[in-house]
Amino acid sequence: MLATRIIPCLDVNAGRVVKGVNFVGLRDAGDPVAIAARYNEQGADELTFLDITASSDGRDLILPIIEAVATQVFIPLTVGGGVRKVEDVRRLLNAGADKVSINTSAVQNPQLVVDATRHYGSQCIVIAIDVKRVAGSTPTRWEVYTHGGRNATGIDALEWGRRMQQAGAGEILLTSMDRDGTRQGFDIELTRAFSDALEIPVIASGGVGTLDHLVDGVLRGHADAVLAASIFHYGEHTVQDAKRLMVERGIEVRQ
Amino acid sequence: MSDIAVIDYGMGNLRSVSKAIEYVAPHARVVVTSDPAEVASAGRVVFPGQGAMPDCMRELDARGLRGAVLDAAYSKPFLGICIGLQMLFDRSEEGDVAGLGVLPGHVRRFRAADMTGSDGARLKVPHMGWNRVRQAAGHELWNDIVDGSRFYFVHSYFVETAQADLNAGSSDYPRPFTCAIAQDNIFAVQFHPEKSDKMGLQLLANFIRWRPRAIMARPLRTAVAGG
Repeated sequence: MLATRIIPCLDVNAGRVVKGVNFVGLRDAGDPVAIAARYNEQGADELTFLDITASSDGRDLILPIIEAVATQVFIPLTVGGGVRKVEDVRRLLNAGADKVSINTSAVQNPQLVVDATRHYGSQCIVIAIDVKRVAGSTPTRWEVYTHGGRNATGIDALEWGRRMQQAGAGEILLTSMDRDGTRQGFDIELTRAFSDALEIPVIASGGVGTLDHLVDGVLRGHADAVLAASIFHYGEHTVQDAKRLMVERGIEVRQ
Repeated sequence: MSDIAVIDYGMGNLRSVSKAIEYVAPHARVVVTSDPAEVASAGRVVFPGQGAMPDCMRELDARGLRGAVLDAAYSKPFLGICIGLQMLFDRSEEGDVAGLGVLPGHVRRFRAADMTGSDGARLKVPHMGWNRVRQAAGHELWNDIVDGSRFYFVHSYFVETAQADLNAGSSDYPRPFTCAIAQDNIFAVQFHPEKSDKMGLQLLANFIRWRPRAIMARPLRTAVAGG
């Protein structure tokens, strides 16, 4: 049967990988290919690159990184950050990305999702959704935020997920802003609500601080894939460690 | 003249395919092409595909590539990938569109009613991720690939064929489905070898070296249709 995917996430700023730098022998951000290759050797099932460059002119600088990684690493590569037009999708795919993730622009212009999936297929369009719990809501609701979590939209997150599925999205990258950076674990209720409601795969993100959190995301949150950054970056744990624990807990992984 | 032509009919991203082939065959001449003459002169042909099959068929014809693809399928080592596998068959449920009809069978969607795993959990469509592939029989393209290895899949449709000896490999989601087919000079896979890490690269390397023992006979009707 299908294996649960583990996806390390690398942040890229103005052409430099700014996280994922603490591997032994890798001094600094300079070598994205080496970082990607290391995760690949550890058994990462996919890699996600998130372009956090503030200005749009710096964004093209991610293209040579993706090009270089794509000549050496042969697992799916997802790239997100600042994707506004079908043309942006095309450039990233041509550089060697297999999937492109769209966040803010999907909210501003849902037609972009329809156009991009029609052009390139659902398989390569990931919709990234950043959400926060709506305080005091029963049953719990979550609101969509854009612009890296700065702007509230008033949109109900689950409704948005359904709409993006309808528009042709291939999968959802779901980040809990309440949990992101806390290392307290995924928002399990959120993950489960999405995964159970949607037909397309859901990638859980935000809050992983231990390997057990990854297991919880799958067993309790029903996530199809789990994404994490810092637990892998700082050398605390490898992807292999994560897979070993998952196997112990009865989760199928690629080994 | 190239060693390997990757057929480009404007559907999606072929860079991954050509990069992976260049990686396993650094000295081979690899072209990504929409020129029928280049397809005709290549030693081997890779026929990839992404997106929706009706669009793929339409774009193939819009570029005048149907004849070149059929000629290649009946003449030289031919590797179909994903929709490139599906298009070889008679017909697809996706948009109810006719395929190239090189192989007998239909392309069907995973049925919502079937999508329950052994633990009772609902299975998602598309089938996206790493799944095990059972090799149906020995084949040169499985050389040095452990039976049951995982490959990367992303698809919502799969082929069903009544001709059992076409089946070269299968996977479970949750029911068994054919994910690799082989006939003479044709090998085609539903998964993406170019994204399947070491095992996928091994399959591509095997394809580069493959010397098929037979070439598929061309039926009269496609000979006429293909020009």
